[in-house]
Parts: sequence; structure tokens; C-alpha cells
Amino acid sequence: MDERRLQKELMGIFAVWWREFKVFQREKSRIVSSIVQPLMWLFLFGSGIGASINISNVNYRDYIYPGVLTMSVLFGSVFFGLYIVWDRKLDVLKAVLVAPVSRLSIFLGKVLGGCTDVILQVLILLIFSFLFPSVNPWGIPLALLLLFITSISLVSMGLALGSMLESLEGFQVISAFLVFPLFFLSGALFPVDDKLPTWLQGLVKLNPLTYAVDGVRGALLNVNIFPFYIDLAVITIFAVVMFLLGSILFSRMK
Amino acid sequence: MAIIETKTLTKTYGKIQAVRGIDLNIEKGEIFGLLGPNGAGKTTTIGMLCTIISITSGNASIAGCNVIKEPARVRRKVGIVFQDPTLDTVLTGRENLELHARLYGISAAVRQSRINEMLELVDLKERSNDITRTYSGGMRRRLELARGLLHKPAVLFLDEPTLGLDPQTRARTWEYIKKMAKMEQTTVVLTTHYMEEAEQVCDRVGIIDHGRIIALGSPENLKESMGGDLVLIRAKDTPVEKIKALAYVSTVNLSDGAMGITMKDAHLHLAALLSLIPNVECVEVRVPTLSDVFIKLTGRDIREDSSEDSGSWVDSVARYRQRGN
Repeated sequence: MDERRLQKELMGIFAVWWREFKVFQREKSRIVSSIVQPLMWLFLFGSGIGASINISNVNYRDYIYPGVLTMSVLFGSVFFGLYIVWDRKLDVLKAVLVAPVSRLSIFLGKVLGGCTDVILQVLILLIFSFLFPSVNPWGIPLALLLLFITSISLVSMGLALGSMLESLEGFQVISAFLVFPLFFLSGALFPVDDKLPTWLQGLVKLNPLTYAVDGVRGALLNVNIFPFYIDLAVITIFAVVMFLLGSILFSRMK
Repeated sequence: MAIIETKTLTKTYGKIQAVRGIDLNIEKGEIFGLLGPNGAGKTTTIGMLCTIISITSGNASIAGCNVIKEPARVRRKVGIVFQDPTLDTVLTGRENLELHARLYGISAAVRQSRINEMLELVDLKERSNDITRTYSGGMRRRLELARGLLHKPAVLFLDEPTLGLDPQTRARTWEYIKKMAKMEQTTVVLTTHYMEEAEQVCDRVGIIDHGRIIALGSPENLKESMGGDLVLIRAKDTPVEKIKALAYVSTVNLSDGAMGITMKDAHLHLAALLSLIPNVECVEVRVPTLSDVFIKLTGRDIREDSSEDSGSWVDSVARYRQRGN
């Protein structure tokens, strides 16, 4: 690829990212609801159970903080990706897809746009970290890196699914049979230890998000089950696989 | 050399043949109209030329670039306005153009001046910082025209550019299309099933039906091929044979008591013609339109919905019939 061509592809990637960022800025109600829901988990659910429960010498409300951050990445990313079903319905994507920019660049722009949205939401949630005494603020950069990699995989997954879905009805199915199980089976709300029933332990260990939650929990609370390099390796591999799968399905999308 | 050349361009979907071997040469600077009813293959043909739809067989080139072998280069050379609106309604008018400019690799140095130029051309400068969701249908179309021409394409494709607009806005939109094609010196290829509108805008038209081009030429030439003016006469007696024998009459069709006559110079011969027919109830004289050409070639009306106001031949007959009952 010659230099001018590369430059134009980069401009295309930036264009798609820029569009997503504009949409993010305009749709403030979406930002508010994406912040309020995790805060309810933390302060209504977490404080309630935390009143009587500590895990690994950490108050329950603090214990689930990394899990809720990962949850907001999960929901934000997957639904961002699925949103292309709506874009396609409104033909917003059509004009973009006929431009002389490769599908891979458009996909990459979309992924980066989704990751930006999600990481900005996480940053807002991190502002509240001072309310959680067990959280180590020096671990925040590492936690952000892990959540960024996670959001690449999940936005890609959402776009992959969105490329295949024909209608918005699929939203409910994906929400019920994919997003919620991924959340509940990620150890976001409970520790993955030998006390868990074996079947549940097996499912949790199969879930790539478990390693994201564990890594973030290690970074912020210094409480983890798997070694850090395992967490990083699993989510990186997951991100690469999902990115490749997503880019293939997106390229084939009509 | 023609700016668009197609050779037996064909598209099949399973067993359905959407486009059956189209050979077409479109010259630089032309406004060319592809006319035909819904489902005739217009959109599919344009889709193949824009590299959006894969070509089953045959070949095509645009501005010297092969559509099959060099799709990326073709995409740079064409602008497209789709049948359905494709504006980003979350963005402002200006932002829509900025997005497009970046996607087409227009450098930052000329981007803003080019955007302003196009916004002025479609009279949207005042509203350019409003979200496009607040635009009227006509404004949205105009912005899409501006977007289609932003990167100075060699060919601008317009798929049903006036569909869904009210008659007044349609007329204005055509004016913009003519003005812009002239100022930008762009070749325009458009599809429409509004025959009367195409007549006024297009230098040349191709009538397409069932995936084939069945007539090609300037609107004037096609209308001349009808063999003269159209006269519709409803009368108690219909001396068809007598009329057929007249030198200036080309054809006579009898349909449910009404005679459809094509004749040369109706303004000279009408009085003589009418003197041969006793008890005339109703006479209509018209210069043929492209709709009439279409009906003559296919035996059908181009419109699906014939209740729409129109002056076409078949509709007139139908109306007379209704009145007769």
C-alpha cells in the first residue's frame, strides 16, 4: 500500500471515529443512563449486601466495584456494536459503505469509536472511586488498559452480531442469552473459588470476561485468583479473535 | 470516448434475471435518464456501476476505470444519491459534508472552502449548523446532492431523486440538478419513473423494462417515433376503416367505444377528420409524451397506481370508460 493510500485510509478511520464521537456527545440521555445503572448496582445493591458481608477482607460494595466497571464496559460495548442494525435500517451506513475506504478501516473506526464511548463512561465511574476506600488509585491506569482491551473485544462482538442481524428483535435475544449470562458468569458479583458448585465454576472459567474482572480487581483491590499474565493473555487473545471475526462478518455484510 | 461504457451488463439473483445484458454508452457531460417502472432493473444497473452490487456477467467502465477490476478507483470517480435518504440525522448539514469529505480523502486545506461552495450551491448555508433531523424533505435531498458532488466526481448517479417529494419540491429539485450538473460539469445518470420530469431534464433517455433497454434516444426523437399527435375520440359511430385510409393517419385503435388515433399535424387535419365522424361526444388532442412511448413499447402504463393525476393515453381511455358507465 503506498503512502497516499494509507493516508486516505487513516483519514477514513478518523472520519468514522469522529462521527461516533459526535453522536456520543449529542445523545446525552444515553450517557446518563449508562452511568446511573452501574451506580445503582454499587450503591443500592452493593451497599445493601456490603452491610453484612466482606470478601477477602474487602467490603462487598468495594469488592464488586471492578466487576461493575467491567459490566458497564460489557453492556456499553455490545449495545454500541448492535446499534449498527439500527444504522442499517435508517440507511445511515449506506453512504459510508460506498465511500472509497476499505471495510476494514470502517470497522476499525467503529471499534475505536465504541471503545472511546465506553472508556469515557468508565472514566466517569472512576471519579467515584474515592467513595470506595479499598480502591488503590495507583492501579487505575492498569485497570483502564485492561478495560480498553476488553472493550475492543466486546465492541467487535457487538458489531459481528449486528452485521448478521436483520432486525432489532434480535436485541432482546442477545441481551437475555448472551449479555446477561456473560455478566453473571464473570465473577463480577462473587469470588471464583472452590466454594462454587463445580458446574458453575466450570462455566465461569470458560467466560473470558472472568479474566477481565479478575485483572481489574487485581489492579484496583489487589485481590485476584489468576496470575496477572493469565488475565492479560486471555483477554488479549479474546480481543484478537473477536476483532478478526467482527472484521470478517462486517466485510461480508450487505 | 464515452465516460460510461457497459457491455452486456447482467445481474441475476438465483433464477431471477434483474438486468439482462445492457449495452450502453453515455457521453461526458450528458444528463442521461434511465426510465422504467419499479422493478425494471434501474436501481440494480446503477448499483452495479457504483460497485455496490456485484456483476453476474458482462462488463462496465467509468471514466476509463474497469468496474470489476478497479472498484476502488471507480468509487472515487462517482457520486451517488440513493433512492432512500441516507443522511446522518444526528449530525448537522455541515458535519454530514465533513464526514463525507474525510471519507473521500479531501485534504484539510480545501475541505472547508469546498463544503461552503457546495452549501451555497444548494442554498443551505444558513441552515448548515442545524441538525439534519430538522430539515424538510426537499432540504435533505439538496444536501444529499451537495454531498454527492462534494468530491468532484466524474459521474453523479441519482436514483429516483424526486421520489417522495411534493410536486413543487420536485420541480425545484430538478432545477438544482440541472444547475449543479452545469456548474460542476458532471455527467449525470439518473433513474426515475416520472416520465414528464425526465423529458424536461434529460439530454437522452433509455427506457428499461424487464431488465432490457427497449428504447434509447433523446426525448424528442422517441416522441417522434410515435408517428405524430395523439387524438382520442369518443363517438356513437366509429368508422375505423374510413379513418385508417386517411393519408395523415398513422394508426387507429378501438378500445371500448373510444378511438385512439395517431396522426401527423393534428392542428391542420383535425377538422377534416371530425367531419367524417357523426355524433362526436368528446375529443382530446395531445402531443405524445414519454409515457405514451412507454405504453406503445410495452403495452403497459409505467405507473403502478393509475389513479395518480396524469395525461397518459391509457389513463384517458380508462377515464372515458368510467364516465361512460
